[in-house]
Amino acid sequence: MSSTSVLGGVVRRREDPALIQGRGRYTDDVKLAGTAHVAFVRSPYAHAQVSSVDTSAAAAMEGVLAVYTAADTDHLGPLIAQVPVGALRPLLNSGTVKHVGEAVAMVVAEDPYVAKDAADAVDVDYEPLPAVVDLKQSLSDEVPVHEGASNTLISWVGPFGADEAALAELQEGIEAAKQRDDAVVVSQEMINQRLIPVPIEPRSVMADYQAGYDRFDIYSSTQIPSALAGAIGKYFGMSMNQVTVKAMEVGGGFGCKLNVYNDEVLVAFASRQLGCPVKWTETRREAANSTIQGRGWVATATVTGTEDGEILGFELEGIADMGAYSQNFTVAIPFLGLFVGSGQYSFPTYWKMDCVTTHTMTTDAYRGAGRPEAAYYLERIVDMYARRIGMDPAEVRRKNYISADDFPGAVSPMGFPMDTGDYATNLDAALETAGWSDLLAERDAARAEGRYVGVGLATYVEVCGFGPSGLVDLGFSWAEYQMPSAFNGSSLVRVHPDGSATVSIGTGPSGQGHQTTWAQIVGDGLGLDVERIRVIHGDTEEAPPSIGTFGSRSAAVDGAACYEATGKVRAKAARIAAHLLEASEEDIEFADGAAQVVGTDSSVSWGEIAACAYQPHRLPEGLEGGLEAHAIFSPGNATWPFGTHIAVVEVDPDTGDVDLLRYIGMDDCGNVISPMIVDGQIHGGIAQGIGQAMFEDAVYGADGNLLSGSLVDYILPTAADLPSFELDRTVTPSDINPLGVKGIGEAGTIGSAHTVVNAVVDALEPLGVTHIDMPLRPRRVWQAIQDARA
Amino acid sequence: MYPRQFDYVAPSSLEEALAALDANPGAKVLAGGMSLLPMMKMRLLSPEMVVDIGRIGGLGDITDNGDSISIGALVTHTEVSASGLVQEHGAALATAASWTGDRQVRNRGTCCGSMVHADVAADQPVAALALGATMVAASSGGTREIAAADFFVDTMMSALEPNEILTEVRIPKAGPGTASAYDKLGRRGGHTDYAVAGVAASVTRSNGSISAATVAVTGVGNRPVLAAGVADALVGSDGSDAAVEAAAAHATDGIDVLEDLYGSVGYKTHLAQVFAARAVKAALSAAG
Amino acid sequence: MQVSMSVNGRQVSGDVEPRTLLVHFLREDRGLTGTHVGCESSYCGACTVKMDGKAVLSCTMLAVQAEGADITTVEGLAENGELHPVQEGFWERHGLQCGFCTPGMIISAVTLLEENDNPSEEEIRRGIEGNLCRCTGYHNIVRAIEYAGAKMRGEEPAPAEWENA
Repeated sequence: MSSTSVLGGVVRRREDPALIQGRGRYTDDVKLAGTAHVAFVRSPYAHAQVSSVDTSAAAAMEGVLAVYTAADTDHLGPLIAQVPVGALRPLLNSGTVKHVGEAVAMVVAEDPYVAKDAADAVDVDYEPLPAVVDLKQSLSDEVPVHEGASNTLISWVGPFGADEAALAELQEGIEAAKQRDDAVVVSQEMINQRLIPVPIEPRSVMADYQAGYDRFDIYSSTQIPSALAGAIGKYFGMSMNQVTVKAMEVGGGFGCKLNVYNDEVLVAFASRQLGCPVKWTETRREAANSTIQGRGWVATATVTGTEDGEILGFELEGIADMGAYSQNFTVAIPFLGLFVGSGQYSFPTYWKMDCVTTHTMTTDAYRGAGRPEAAYYLERIVDMYARRIGMDPAEVRRKNYISADDFPGAVSPMGFPMDTGDYATNLDAALETAGWSDLLAERDAARAEGRYVGVGLATYVEVCGFGPSGLVDLGFSWAEYQMPSAFNGSSLVRVHPDGSATVSIGTGPSGQGHQTTWAQIVGDGLGLDVERIRVIHGDTEEAPPSIGTFGSRSAAVDGAACYEATGKVRAKAARIAAHLLEASEEDIEFADGAAQVVGTDSSVSWGEIAACAYQPHRLPEGLEGGLEAHAIFSPGNATWPFGTHIAVVEVDPDTGDVDLLRYIGMDDCGNVISPMIVDGQIHGGIAQGIGQAMFEDAVYGADGNLLSGSLVDYILPTAADLPSFELDRTVTPSDINPLGVKGIGEAGTIGSAHTVVNAVVDALEPLGVTHIDMPLRPRRVWQAIQDARA
Repeated sequence: MYPRQFDYVAPSSLEEALAALDANPGAKVLAGGMSLLPMMKMRLLSPEMVVDIGRIGGLGDITDNGDSISIGALVTHTEVSASGLVQEHGAALATAASWTGDRQVRNRGTCCGSMVHADVAADQPVAALALGATMVAASSGGTREIAAADFFVDTMMSALEPNEILTEVRIPKAGPGTASAYDKLGRRGGHTDYAVAGVAASVTRSNGSISAATVAVTGVGNRPVLAAGVADALVGSDGSDAAVEAAAAHATDGIDVLEDLYGSVGYKTHLAQVFAARAVKAALSAAG
Repeated sequence: MQVSMSVNGRQVSGDVEPRTLLVHFLREDRGLTGTHVGCESSYCGACTVKMDGKAVLSCTMLAVQAEGADITTVEGLAENGELHPVQEGFWERHGLQCGFCTPGMIISAVTLLEENDNPSEEEIRRGIEGNLCRCTGYHNIVRAIEYAGAKMRGEEPAPAEWENA
């Protein structure tokens, strides 16, 4: 690295000037002449036979260009999925609809108001059928979601790779532990409720089919532009290179834009049919039932331990809600939970989740995706165990951690090799920062005054930065999207003849600051001012194929590719500079926009080096012209960030109202490229975890209607609901990528929900409360108090 | 997000507005639009005509009538909460207005609109009930006065006729020893958002005991409603904490408490009692 | 219907249906796409604009209701290429990530500071509770508004948290 490293420093974000002046371009901002607008006709029933669809009145309305039903689109086949276990979603459905909000017909009109008018005029007759929403009921197969198929799609059992004999031995071992005289067994069924992701930008897609060139421009609010290009190509018999996907500014994603959606395919279909650009932007209530949701588990966690805090076994058995159809990852989400099923602990763990269908919207990746759920059960039950044996919850955790001495080479009890970790150091740092013993003393003093103050602690390990291209062998393949083995990072760095540089990269950010971070990596490597570096992402025409931004992977995978491509360019530039300066290559260093011979004032600017690179006759013998390099980076493992969070709450026992007083986060994501951006990611992640803990709930009625489908009833935290967060970090660099980074996009969410619940349970311990299911709305908290008193 | 088509008129006088209502029985009155427009955007409501009263002069004032104050049809929540007159004579309403919606909503939404919308969990209607407000309704046939107690008829239904406009909420001035307060639990906790349960109370203290009391609850039943049981138990009592708490136990007497996403019947009943006690205590404390 | 109003200091007019929402008039007719639509229930605040000095929801107003009004959108805040102190604060204090809520949030903050030039953290948090952000957890938005408040009062803003680290 250069002597003026910008890695670890703070650079104001380069994306901001446009965004703070209202000049950012999001998909719905794109205007093309003659654009038509889409409105969908959606099922109001969770399960119903469509007996007729009459589009005649709608089609006759002024300004309506077309009305499509399944008869028009069935030939395209269902929506493709990466892990196609279970029924796939029809693009439009005129048969048996399987959830409220399922698309039955599509109207295309000159104006979005008229499109909605026409959608209302499509006359659909439904014969309602019984719906299944409850997970336990689904598991019984009483009401099949898909006729003739079991509702259970797959069961994930861990440790990963253990055969039946090994699993039986594991379970017998835990059973034997339960029989010990000093055994303490703590068990609790808990709900990890369904959530609606709600990026503030609704999804939006616009397709512009250019018949004269037989190609598409697709503008979409997506996290995975390359996969969308591949998918659109596949549906219409086109190559990836006939489809350009541009994800410009994306207004938040959190995983819900990590799907190729039926609406994206249908809008492209309509553009091809009608020969004009076609746009659709979801409305917020529409989004609730047609964009994927997350979480939705009910499971029983059991810890078996000794009276002095040694945990002998952990078991988790439960059911996860897949919704009606499998989309991109769907059944794979609980599998991601299995990865971290044993957390940062060394104790034997048995883990089983049944993935069942219901007559509800599909679930898929929502921030954390399986890992917040897994961490929640583990950290709640470990906390309950600590409480049961009367031991400091921090001490119980420390006692059962995988030791820092076990790294490198540590393998989790779930069977996964982990990169680096030092959990005890992180825990100690958190306790120190929070003033743990003072907090407990203050809590006790408040209790003595009759106040219900609680202190909650939780720790977590995350797995992210996917990942090894070998994931394909586990069934994670993007081949359906014409993207086989796309889990690599990919980056192209080019120095232009004037000495400016462009990095093209396959990430698809939605607020993570990639314009800044990639420029920092390239600028650092080349000794070039970030202002001279252009970053291109989210554009399949300009950027090398890569799979986009999700799973906290961009820095650890594509960022590493960016680093390596930069290194290649620097190496070539060093040869050129040495040649121009008549020095030895080893003596060349880059800083301040120039190459310099170490210890001298002999230097040559990037402009001069680049000019030379593009005039091959001036180059040293054997060196090709040009100054650019491409790198593919395939990490040897995922990364395993970790952390400790602490919350302080006060509960009003008369109303059940919870006041979050303090929130402390001590995270370890390895090396930090930008502390400012990393902290921002943690802030947002924590807020979403607190959202789950205290506010958010996708509530379905027994008939399958979503009762909290608008922001009136789907309560998101506002500024007034949250405190400022107190953050600090430990740094344990990863050893699987050259930057030593781990990923931070999801960590805050994975660490926070159980921290808040642990705090509230702590506050109510004097009343005998041991558990409350999320969200900790006042009514729940109050009811728990009543139940404990009864 | 896209309302259905409608005809729109923006008359400059009340007479024209009332004539438009007479001529178009399907018309809806638009003032701040904070309740009407969201329903129209979601197509839960699609009136054939919208009569925008926002251009009518003289409806935007809070006026001192000597023995009462009047809040005009276009007075916003922001203006109500900031008004010295309202704070002095109807503190419960000023508080309720300050807890209604968010800043943007308070900048456009109107007090009169909140009354007419008659949401089961709104803040200001119960304050009007507790303050013994009078609703002044205009039609082309003249004006009539409706006691707040008779105004909230059923779920999102007021006593206002389709051809009437609520031009004024009139609050009697608080006499010596009289004060009011409002307290609630909001849906997101604290005081924010619609009320899970909320109580407004107005009390008069004279000679060491409570001589008059009016209490009303929101969020628990099918409409904002008076809690006569609490008021009856308060009058004549000494206003001690024990007396207030005993009276508050009657908060939902005679009210059909309804469960929703935010509370069970038992919880809402309990909250009504908690906030009845809190609101009455706050009012007593302010009454001196 | 004909409607005319002042938008960012310019008198503009257009022909709209009565049902056209102000936000659609601004975005589609005027091309001012900085004002965003994030919900349909008047809860998210992404569409917030300043009208006659007050923060209002442009998605919960008909364009015709704004007849004769004075509207400022996020595009109209910077003057002569100078960022408004609130814009500067959002940039300096990392008050945005995806940027989608940002225009509404900034307008809300501008009007908040115009009404109270030295708000407490609690007043800031209550003042922007009508603007939902899903990225930042509001932490740095509060810091950004504190920064802007200091600037507008002619004081030196507190150093960024990462400068203390």
